[in-house]
Amino acid sequence: MELTSRTPAGPLAEKWDNHRFANKLVNPANRRKYKVIVVGTGLAGASASATLAEQGYEVHTFCIQDSPRRAHSIAAQGGINAAKNYQNDGDSIRRLFYDTIKGGDFRAREANVYRLAQVSNDIIDQCVAQGVPFAREYGGTLANRSFGGAQVSRTFYARGQTGQQLLLGAYSALSRQIHKGGVKMYPRREMMDLVVVDGRARGIVTRNLISGALENHAADAVILATGGYGNAYFLSTNAMASNVTASWRAYKHGAGFANPCFVQIHPTCIPVHGDYQSKLTLMSESLRNDGRVWVPVATGDKRPASAIPDAEREYYLEKKYPSFGNLVPRDVASRNAKEQCDQGKGVGSTGLAVYLDFADAIKRDGQATILKKYGNLFQMYEKITASNPLHEPMMIYPAVHYTMGGLWVDYDLMTTIPGLFAIGECNFSDHGANRLGASALMQGLADGYFIIATSIAHYLGTNKLEAVSISDPQFLAIQKEVGDKLHRLLRNSTAGPAGKVTVDEIHKELGKLLWDNCGMARNRQGLEKALAQIPGIRETFWDKVFIPGIGGELNQSLERAGRVADFLEFGEIMVRDALTREESCGCHLREESQTEEHEAKRDDANFSHVSVWEYKGDEHEPLMQKEPLSFEFVTPSQRSYK
Amino acid sequence: MSTIDLTLQIWRQKDSDSPGNLQIYTLGGISTDMSFLEMLDVLNEKLTREGKDPVAFDHDCREGICGMCGSVINGVAHGPEKETTLCQLHMRNFKNGDVLVIEPFRSRAFPIRKDLIVDRSAFDRIIQSGGYVSVNTGGSPDGNSIPIPAKTSELAMDAAACIGCGACVAACPNGAAMLFTSAKISQLCLLPQGQAERKARALAMVATMDEEGFGYCSNARECEAVCPKGISISNIARMNREYFKAVLLGE
Repeated sequence: MELTSRTPAGPLAEKWDNHRFANKLVNPANRRKYKVIVVGTGLAGASASATLAEQGYEVHTFCIQDSPRRAHSIAAQGGINAAKNYQNDGDSIRRLFYDTIKGGDFRAREANVYRLAQVSNDIIDQCVAQGVPFAREYGGTLANRSFGGAQVSRTFYARGQTGQQLLLGAYSALSRQIHKGGVKMYPRREMMDLVVVDGRARGIVTRNLISGALENHAADAVILATGGYGNAYFLSTNAMASNVTASWRAYKHGAGFANPCFVQIHPTCIPVHGDYQSKLTLMSESLRNDGRVWVPVATGDKRPASAIPDAEREYYLEKKYPSFGNLVPRDVASRNAKEQCDQGKGVGSTGLAVYLDFADAIKRDGQATILKKYGNLFQMYEKITASNPLHEPMMIYPAVHYTMGGLWVDYDLMTTIPGLFAIGECNFSDHGANRLGASALMQGLADGYFIIATSIAHYLGTNKLEAVSISDPQFLAIQKEVGDKLHRLLRNSTAGPAGKVTVDEIHKELGKLLWDNCGMARNRQGLEKALAQIPGIRETFWDKVFIPGIGGELNQSLERAGRVADFLEFGEIMVRDALTREESCGCHLREESQTEEHEAKRDDANFSHVSVWEYKGDEHEPLMQKEPLSFEFVTPSQRSYK
Repeated sequence: MSTIDLTLQIWRQKDSDSPGNLQIYTLGGISTDMSFLEMLDVLNEKLTREGKDPVAFDHDCREGICGMCGSVINGVAHGPEKETTLCQLHMRNFKNGDVLVIEPFRSRAFPIRKDLIVDRSAFDRIIQSGGYVSVNTGGSPDGNSIPIPAKTSELAMDAAACIGCGACVAACPNGAAMLFTSAKISQLCLLPQGQAERKARALAMVATMDEEGFGYCSNARECEAVCPKGISISNIARMNREYFKAVLLGE
């Protein structure tokens, strides 16, 4: 596996321009001869499909849901960043670049991040032209807000449904191309494997989720836009069907997997309340602008919040971080909440929650003002918990939210398998070890609308590809492997459920192991324990999993089983990656790497690199290679929020 | 934590071609803090352990925004709580001993695929026929080049909030998709970006709606009553005006 980033030469601001000029093009008349597969229809996949079809390529697009409009990008609440500087508050492309790379704790490539900031402005223009109803000022100009502690107001939003509106914009562009025949859409299809012919990605095998049929699809290039792997933890803010399968299949065919241990844990989620819980719900972190975080001073204090006088409350963030207080970054807020709960100060029935209290803000600004700002969030909270934050403090706890790691890609967003590209959350490219708020939407659309078409043209323009057919031996062999695997998953089921385990039981066991040992704070001992235990869970799964029904039908248990089977393999490289990264960085604290004040200590001398994992067969340990990161234009600094 | 016991009557249907029927299940010890879909998860775990086929139902984000989930609960699409998707409906809305009849979103245009899963691809085809502004990627003017009054933008956003779940169709006595279609037509006809294709869009989307086998609006207002996003039927009035203007005045 060779890691050539193809980062263009020249001054930072000219790299993207130079690169576009150096890249080959495909004549408009020839584009229709090329077929491109896009897997996934979130912001990245939908925008890429539409854009490539507009340019004349034959695009075949796949999604797991019943409609491309439902991908999980739709759930993003807060907003999308752009360096428009409409507020005249000192923002610039350079500043958005710097904030993003600093927010990522200096673990991303400068050139990629700069390009992201450069195209951010085009994204806003594009979305406005599509009719995305962004929030406006009374004079009719676009409104902005400051988000996630940013010092400038650069976040564009559509109420608390920015992801929905941007996705529906991309979906409408995609729908237009479906209508015009530029895109052939395959909903309710799950990508089961990648087909590599002569070292190049040439197609995929999908399972039709209605009929259960396995289908081969051939193309000249394959683009994965399949999202993140947060559901490895079972409980996360991801949609239920979000999974790692497509990326994992690519990895097993030779695509490097970068920084799998970089996982963002969001501090303001509704706490877990029972064993039956299926997912976690995020509450926008804007709540921390006015809410005060506290726990009782005494451990095991089970009095209701209202019965605990102020002197017996510990406002631990305000105490520890006097200058940032409740607005410390996500990782610091998350880690401290866990620390308080680990000390036995957690509240609620499970003891795994802290209070987020609006009483003082209401006293200061009045109920009406607070409701104007957070009314919809209070309503959502009340709907789920039956408790009104106006009268009693919210309870919050951190939850897995976003995965910065993903398939390694070069500057063209191509993986280490020629012809296989990865865009959006499923690549590792722009967020380093921690993603800034309102940057996920920006990256998905940057990759899809403005970057990938250049890469596809260059790839197709520089490589002579032999024709392939879905009945070629390589396709048939992969389809057979997929069929055999499904068969193996179902083999325990003939003897009935006695003495067996369900898919969810195993998934929960894996999830808890990862959460406890490879979550926001990690240490060697815990990671080694997790690494030792995962094979046993995997074995139980394959030996005992009971899946009702058959393969040739709509079978949701079988769908989940296939995804969990891959999480059980993937979990291992997550833990391995966390073991080798012996520094605290971005979202995670490595307990062995702390300052004297127990704050995260990054180690640039030894870990200023991307860790890229290479598959070496099931019988061998994966090999880790490093892509060194060099900083020509910024100087890595240590974060401090004291 | 309080718990309740329930009797469920759930529509079971093997596939599109097989007949279906209501089957009865009893489920005890359901925490009132559970969401409706988590209650179905518990039932499915129980069925799986008994070696039976779990109930197939669509769901994904479980945050009330993807529009994937939805069933008719005791005759009401998405159940008894107003402006709430099924995934956000919690069991505290029910009492111990309740009987819940759970059926798929039924409509001529939504064929059943299995149990509670229906095919709503007709909605996609309505959007494909004109639910967009025809702009290619690139070359768009600066986002602030056309001022849009905040009020207009808010009104467009009210309509754009539609999640495409199909509850409106399931609730309508005529199986009409007019709330869904009118929401998109309204969003785009209110905004300056949607003006160029305003007439063609109304004609095309209404025609597709008819071709797909959806019925007509007779002002029963059932759609508005079940819409989890509170989309107003004033959008239907606006769509009708758009349509008639396009028919009468031509393109």
